Amino acid sequence: MSYQIVVCGSIVPDPLQTLEPVAGPALKNEMMLPSVLDPWAWHSLFEAAHLAKNVAGSKVYLVSVAPKAKLQQVMMTVGQKAPFELIAVDGPASGFTDAAEIAPLLADAIKSIPGLDQSKLLVFGGWESASRGAGSTMQIVGELLGIVNQFQGVDKLTVGADGSFEILERIEGGKHQVSKCAGAPAVLGWATGSLPEPPNNPQIGMQNMRAIMPALQKAKPTKVATDAVKFASVALPKQQRQTKIVKDMPADEIAKEIVAWIQE
Amino acid sequence: METVLFLSHADAGKPALETLAAAKALGGTLVVGLFGADVQAFANEIAGCRATKILGVAGADFAQARYASDAAAAEALVKASKATIVVAPATSRMNRIVSGVAHRCGGRADTHVTGLAGGNITRWYYRQRMESQQSRTHRPWFIALDPGCHAAYAGAPGTATVEAVSVVLPAMKTQVTGVKAPESSQQTIRPDAKVLLVAGAGWTKKQPDGQTHVPEAADLIMGFLNATKASLGSSKSLVDLSGEGQAVLPFMSHLNQIGQTGSTPRHAKGLSTCCHGEEPHAVGWRFIGERRAINLDANCGWARGKADVLYVADAFAVMRKVNELLASQ
Ligand SMILES: Cc1cc2nc3c(=O)[nH]c(=O)nc-3n(C[C@H](O)[C@H](O)[C@H](O)COP(=O)(O)OP(=O)(O)OC[C@H]3O[C@@H](n4cnc5c(N)ncnc54)[C@H](O)[C@@H]3O)c2cc1C
Repeated sequence: MSYQIVVCGSIVPDPLQTLEPVAGPALKNEMMLPSVLDPWAWHSLFEAAHLAKNVAGSKVYLVSVAPKAKLQQVMMTVGQKAPFELIAVDGPASGFTDAAEIAPLLADAIKSIPGLDQSKLLVFGGWESASRGAGSTMQIVGELLGIVNQFQGVDKLTVGADGSFEILERIEGGKHQVSKCAGAPAVLGWATGSLPEPPNNPQIGMQNMRAIMPALQKAKPTKVATDAVKFASVALPKQQRQTKIVKDMPADEIAKEIVAWIQE
Repeated sequence: METVLFLSHADAGKPALETLAAAKALGGTLVVGLFGADVQAFANEIAGCRATKILGVAGADFAQARYASDAAAAEALVKASKATIVVAPATSRMNRIVSGVAHRCGGRADTHVTGLAGGNITRWYYRQRMESQQSRTHRPWFIALDPGCHAAYAGAPGTATVEAVSVVLPAMKTQVTGVKAPESSQQTIRPDAKVLLVAGAGWTKKQPDGQTHVPEAADLIMGFLNATKASLGSSKSLVDLSGEGQAVLPFMSHLNQIGQTGSTPRHAKGLSTCCHGEEPHAVGWRFIGERRAINLDANCGWARGKADVLYVADAFAVMRKVNELLASQ
């Protein structure tokens, strides 16, 4: 038994950047902002690499719809972390693009993988993007591929000897729902998972880069409809607070204030 | 005129009642669609909601929160209702399926919606960094409303007539086998709590005496949570420490993380302790009403218009006193 693990992940602005919406809507200086792989997709890539390493004959693909030039920059870092084959589609990474426009591009890219075998297919990705934050894309990709074993907010996947697996999904109140699935194919939208970020591995980087550059060159430019959603306004929250800074107050006094405040 | 379907699993509780009220407020023809092991009890609870009909998919096959069966049930309900707008509570169970079902029904979905008014919905982009007012002309339009964003429906119960809708299920390859919860003594996430206490990496850092005091930090935090029944959040740095094998707070996991790559819970009040208050973290405070912070550093991010009050103080000393006061009451 082996797996074809396809990770769907786009790029998002580095979370430490200041973001400002402009007409479109779009982000101000969007193409200039440093980008990273979407954080939850990033976790799912580590999980995919870990699984592929433990199940001989498995392979990881990273399918990404993103502006090619930005994707190339991000791949310089991502390529150092885990072995994968990139399938790039040159398209928008904007949070304001409808998930229903992006999902078919991803599904088509997955279908184009030579030798794609549904009985081995695990489609990974982040359960929500850091751009749109909708949790929609992976579900639609699953539907387009005819996969009805879908899991969202996944923190753990344990593969049994018989090819079945156990999945932990986040539910309300800090709990996990436990499911058993008989086997591939399945869609898993990952939350944080349980693996730390792997260290950079220059050897993996070299090996990845040989295929990443041609994959980027091959990336087909696509146009997506941008009129599905009518945006009346997109604005930064206005709530700048008047912070009262309390210095040199004894701990007892602060404690009294805090207790009175929480009991109001 | 729109046909509005209020779509939910029958055991969704308060988020369902909130969503029902929001669906009613849209106007149009209201239809209710419920699925689950048993739908009659909840249908009775909302019998007075003036729906033109209540559709139901019930049975043992629909007891589990599982994509294949839930999506099939929801699809059948939407199609039977001929809805143009579908409003669902954004529970984990509905969130798992709502966009997939929209696709099956030829619709489009908007999720994590925080408001519905005047033909527009409100939702946030870039992890709660910017707020959008938006709409769609495409139908059916699926809207998943986040919990805590609308007053709950509170009509008198009655005896509802539920029209059964039949569903053809695909082969079930998935079985939900249970729920894994932290031991009750370590159950620190309480979505309904009034107060959110957020702990940052500072609790595990060397203190002015040159030592770390992690066990004491754990006692102080747990002491506060036990006395107040507050919910516990964490900065990313603090939960990441456990992944790096450092001494950490035993009850803390990634599920506690708030912020850009964590959650954005809703509570009336929030107290930040030993967190630096930088932007990706402060995003987790978006839906917290009143905010106070304790930090040794007067120049930390909280000082810049993010908190109402910043106490420049040692959180160990303050929280020790807070717990003493709470215990003495
Ligand atoms: C991709 C990405 C995603 C991110 N997502 C998130 C996210 O989801 N959530 C999040 O929180 N952050 C996020 N961050 C931000 C990042 O992880 C921050 O570094 C982190 O939030 C800071 O955590 P902290 O405030 O606990 O720790 P630190 O920056 O280490 O700050 C510790 C603070 O504790 C104070 N302190 C120490 N001792 C005491 C004491 N005795 N009393 C009072 N104060 C004390 C110090 O003054 C200091 O300000 C993200 C960053 C990136 C790059």
